[in-house]
Amino acid sequence: MNVTIVDYNSGNISSVINSFKEVAKDKVNIEVTSDLNKIKLSDKVVLPGQGSFKSCVEALNNIDGLKDTLNEFAIINKKPLLGICVGLQMFADVGYEETETKGLGWISGKVSKIDNQGGKFKLPHIGWNQINIAKDSKIFKDIENNSHMYFVHSYEFIPNDKKVISATTDYSSNIVCSVEKENIFGTQFHPEKSDKTGLKIIDNFISL
Amino acid sequence: MLKNRIIPCLDVKNGRVVKGINFVDLKDAGDPVEQAKIYSDGGADEICFLDITASNENRDTIYDVVKKTSKKCFVPLTVGGGVRSVEDINRLLNCGADKVSINTAAVENSKVVIDSSKKFGSQCIVVAIDAKKNEDKWEVFTHGGRNNSGIDALEYAEQMEKNGAGELLVTSMDRDGTQVGYDIDLMSKISSKVNIPVIASGGVGNLDHLVDGIKLGKASAVLAASIFHYGKYSIKEAKDYLDSKGIPVRI
Repeated sequence: MNVTIVDYNSGNISSVINSFKEVAKDKVNIEVTSDLNKIKLSDKVVLPGQGSFKSCVEALNNIDGLKDTLNEFAIINKKPLLGICVGLQMFADVGYEETETKGLGWISGKVSKIDNQGGKFKLPHIGWNQINIAKDSKIFKDIENNSHMYFVHSYEFIPNDKKVISATTDYSSNIVCSVEKENIFGTQFHPEKSDKTGLKIIDNFISL
Repeated sequence: MLKNRIIPCLDVKNGRVVKGINFVDLKDAGDPVEQAKIYSDGGADEICFLDITASNENRDTIYDVVKKTSKKCFVPLTVGGGVRSVEDINRLLNCGADKVSINTAAVENSKVVIDSSKKFGSQCIVVAIDAKKNEDKWEVFTHGGRNNSGIDALEYAEQMEKNGAGELLVTSMDRDGTQVGYDIDLMSKISSKVNIPVIASGGVGNLDHLVDGIKLGKASAVLAASIFHYGKYSIKEAKDYLDSKGIPVRI
């Protein structure tokens, strides 16, 4: 099996690569590439993302054909795709970080700044927070409710259809921290930095 | 609920762990990769490497340490010491660091923080502030505590937030290595001044100091070196103690 981590200049992806390689061992081939053919031929795709919504969308658009290839992979062929952090946020129709930017539009909704109640809550939301599992998600197999995950973000994804929400976390309000819509999975937290529980989520995705 | 973080810091020189008392009198105490792994297995919320003599010496050893550590530790890894440029930050991130802390360069050239936070995102840019009390204010020191910039630490903290820092790592020069506790006044003043998380550092000698750093110093995270490194307390003991004092921690 081939799992491709999309390398599209979206910031630091070393930790994502290290964690997937750790979990995959020799069973699964982990590719790190922006080569469209390799993405098409892979069984699963991981879409990381760091920095701002705008910079990630721009980086994605800067690679000719990448957006179409990902669309074909996830929407037409319905193969499993995992978005991490801004990778998840880009599923939205639109994001408001820096300026209004169009997302991939895979899961209808928007990405806006966390309401920190006039400075009552520090931003970014950095550190370990517990997830409240809202529905059975395949990537949460053997993950206990209220497990701790590592977060670093100031913006949150607000999907229109609440049924896609697979977990939330409590920081000033209930923040959506995981979504599942058919073959599309996303985590706002960083499974690659969430110790053994995070690695289990990666294992669950690889094992789908 | 967001948990307060406990961050063990490993001072690294030439690829080996050392811990300075007031930045001198170094003792050799082990392999950083193994130490980091012990900490992450023991429940450390993040790991911090500080390359202490990096400004003066060959830095390549730290890249190798970061590369090896990031393949074994799956909690966030912050690396600082001798980071001079956006290119240095890029190289550390590529080696597997999750965050880079910038000290002297942030004082000397504000563009480093502005440009790197734009390029890599604020989430990976930590500005380290070494502050020393001078009458009724604190001044920012650079070059591992050797040079006084004369800059007011509180104003500087605010400026660094504006420049794009995602977190501030605040070390009291007066307390570092003394084991008498954090400079609570400094921590709480900076924490109240900015809206980004503050990591308290410098002076931890017992577990009550960690409690004070969070409760009184209003720090989001507490960093300590010697109390963990020489086995006085384990990370688990520290977390259990904080928990018993009503501080939210990841257990």
